[in-house]
Amino acid sequence: MVGYSLLLIVILSLVAYYVGRSSAKRFAGGAGSEKIHSLPGYHGAFIAVWVGIPAFVLVLLWASFQGATLDNLVLASLPSGFTEGKSPAELNLALSEIRNLASGRTFGTPAPEIQLAAERLVSWQNIASWAMLVVAATLMILVLVFARTRIAPRFRARNSVEHVLSGLMIFCSVVAILTTVGIIVSLLYESIAFFRLVPITEFLFGLKWEPQIALRPDQIAGAGAFGAVPVFAGTLLISAIALIVAIPIGLFTAIYLVEYADDRVRNVVKPIMEILAGIPTVVFGFFAVLTVAPAIREAGGLLGVVTSPNSALAAGFVMGIMIIPFISSLSDDALRAVPRSMRDGSLAMGATASETMTRVLLPAALPGIMGGILLAASRAIGETMIVVMAAGLIATLTINPMDSVTTVTVQIVSMLIGDTSFDSPKTLAAFALGLVLFIVTLGLNVLALQIVKKYREQYE
Amino acid sequence: MAQAALAPRDAAPAVFQTVRTPDLHPRPTKVKADTVKVFYGQKQALHGVTIDIPEKAVTAFIGPSGCGKSTFLRCLNRMNDTIDGCRVEGEILLDNRDIYDPSLDVVELRARVGMVFQKPNPFPKSIFENVAYGPRIHGLARSKAELEEIVVASLQKASLFNEVKDRLHEPGTGLSGGQQQRLCIARTIAVSPDVILMDEPCSALDPIATAKVEELIDELRKNFTIVIVTHSMQQAARVSQRTAFFHLGTLVEEGPTDHVFTNPSERRTQDYITGRFG
Repeated sequence: MVGYSLLLIVILSLVAYYVGRSSAKRFAGGAGSEKIHSLPGYHGAFIAVWVGIPAFVLVLLWASFQGATLDNLVLASLPSGFTEGKSPAELNLALSEIRNLASGRTFGTPAPEIQLAAERLVSWQNIASWAMLVVAATLMILVLVFARTRIAPRFRARNSVEHVLSGLMIFCSVVAILTTVGIIVSLLYESIAFFRLVPITEFLFGLKWEPQIALRPDQIAGAGAFGAVPVFAGTLLISAIALIVAIPIGLFTAIYLVEYADDRVRNVVKPIMEILAGIPTVVFGFFAVLTVAPAIREAGGLLGVVTSPNSALAAGFVMGIMIIPFISSLSDDALRAVPRSMRDGSLAMGATASETMTRVLLPAALPGIMGGILLAASRAIGETMIVVMAAGLIATLTINPMDSVTTVTVQIVSMLIGDTSFDSPKTLAAFALGLVLFIVTLGLNVLALQIVKKYREQYE
Repeated sequence: MAQAALAPRDAAPAVFQTVRTPDLHPRPTKVKADTVKVFYGQKQALHGVTIDIPEKAVTAFIGPSGCGKSTFLRCLNRMNDTIDGCRVEGEILLDNRDIYDPSLDVVELRARVGMVFQKPNPFPKSIFENVAYGPRIHGLARSKAELEEIVVASLQKASLFNEVKDRLHEPGTGLSGGQQQRLCIARTIAVSPDVILMDEPCSALDPIATAKVEELIDELRKNFTIVIVTHSMQQAARVSQRTAFFHLGTLVEEGPTDHVFTNPSERRTQDYITGRFG
């Protein structure tokens, strides 16, 4: 029924648009008439938005509150003999049984009270939906008639539409902000629940990570330890390897493209770098597991180094490949933003291209390049798919790149799949990890943006 | 209209004659250019320029925008090499040595032929480091004290030292426009070039800063050969000893500055300097 209501809103808005436009056209057409302030289309749009938007909001609100209201009504209508002495949980169970029954899913034979309540619920739902449709239609027609009377030659429909549009844009940006706030709040909420079970100091400074605790009494599992240091150390190790791979390659690529490559080479290399940036990370994951990890293991075998099958080196190396385009394209921008006159000035002093690069262009572009590297680092720290496929699961505290380490994102994934319940420390730990990860990447991003901003001011 | 009397832009004459007036007391020649032609891709920007630039004097290039004077200036230290698709024909001799000779090191050439640009372009480094840049890359100073000596001497020669002596280690970009331009001149003379090329060095400066730079140019001509491109006829008249008038990629007239300005031999020169076109 919500669908029909939305369709009705669209149709009536269109009707409103044509009504508004045609009545405005009548002013415009008359000979010797007053000069019309806005084009007829604006009058149409004015009526259309006032017909459409309030009705839309009404339907949304109605649809979101209808369920809860009907539930309460149904509960209240249950015979007192049935509800007496029942706990809220049991009432809830009864309610979902009624709802299931009302939508045609029957399990076993329901109690007669439930059966009756379900029938009532069905009929109320019907009434409510029709009422929504009727109320929305009435509202729209009333608004249409009222707004129609506002239309006059000097009516500033154009400005009104402008106001509505800017309001719409504010609303859209607020949606993004509210979503972010919502995500943070939910993270915080679950994390606080976790820190009630596990002290925050143990989480932040503990050196042992064994979250596989028993969910049911009959399970056999570890006692549980939630020290996040090894997990973060693993993340840092893999990210560091990624940056060690990506910074020189990305930076030298950018330098080559800016200073040495001619247009033909640039026109080939740049799109290829963009393709690299567009490869889904899961494909990088395949590459890490099937190609890089075996190669590293064999190479380690030849050199006589003990190499774990899912070494940090494999995951870090592939992650480094993934972030090369970030570093190269941001460094490229930063180097290009250095005014040409700097380069000319240096060359005219008799400096070679490489002297110009190392002594003038790189120092001038360094803040921008640093910003790019920090953005790439926060991307590497938050990267999930490659490490889920290529890194290990056991949290070892090591700096040996041949060893297997785990990362924050891998732990979050592994804790939230499979047999979970939302009040055990194992599941809640995922939120705490997510919160810390969020804070770290947010900090890196803020730092990077600050640096980039400061750098922009230098030449403008 | 005087403009109509001139040849259309695309149909520059294949053969033309530069009107030359020699100095009364000729100076030795520093740079000798012979039939220099410059092409940007298919487009020809210079149609054979022949000129002798005298030593330890200021030679001004004047002419309307797009006439090729900056292009010719940039041939003299081969800065045109940095532009894609730019091709130079003809011969340019610096102290009788062909600067387009493949065996010549362009880096060395640019150390001998310095350049000051239209917009002051100090590096985003300290004042000291800006001036020390050239001596450092060319290894002119053997010790730190020697480097400091060069920097101070260069700043003094650019008459900037007194204004910045207390803040040598502050960024050069923090100076005013005129000071920045004198800093760029100090940076250029720090490597003791023979020739200094100036591409409209005052067009981004206010009149007071311009006067200071002009004063400096007059001072510098005792030790350096200076070639200056300018849009200001008054500036050319004030600072230069010889003036060359470019038009549509050709060198129309060159001679002693007072001759060119008071009694030009060419009709087009007269039209330009009296402001009838350009």
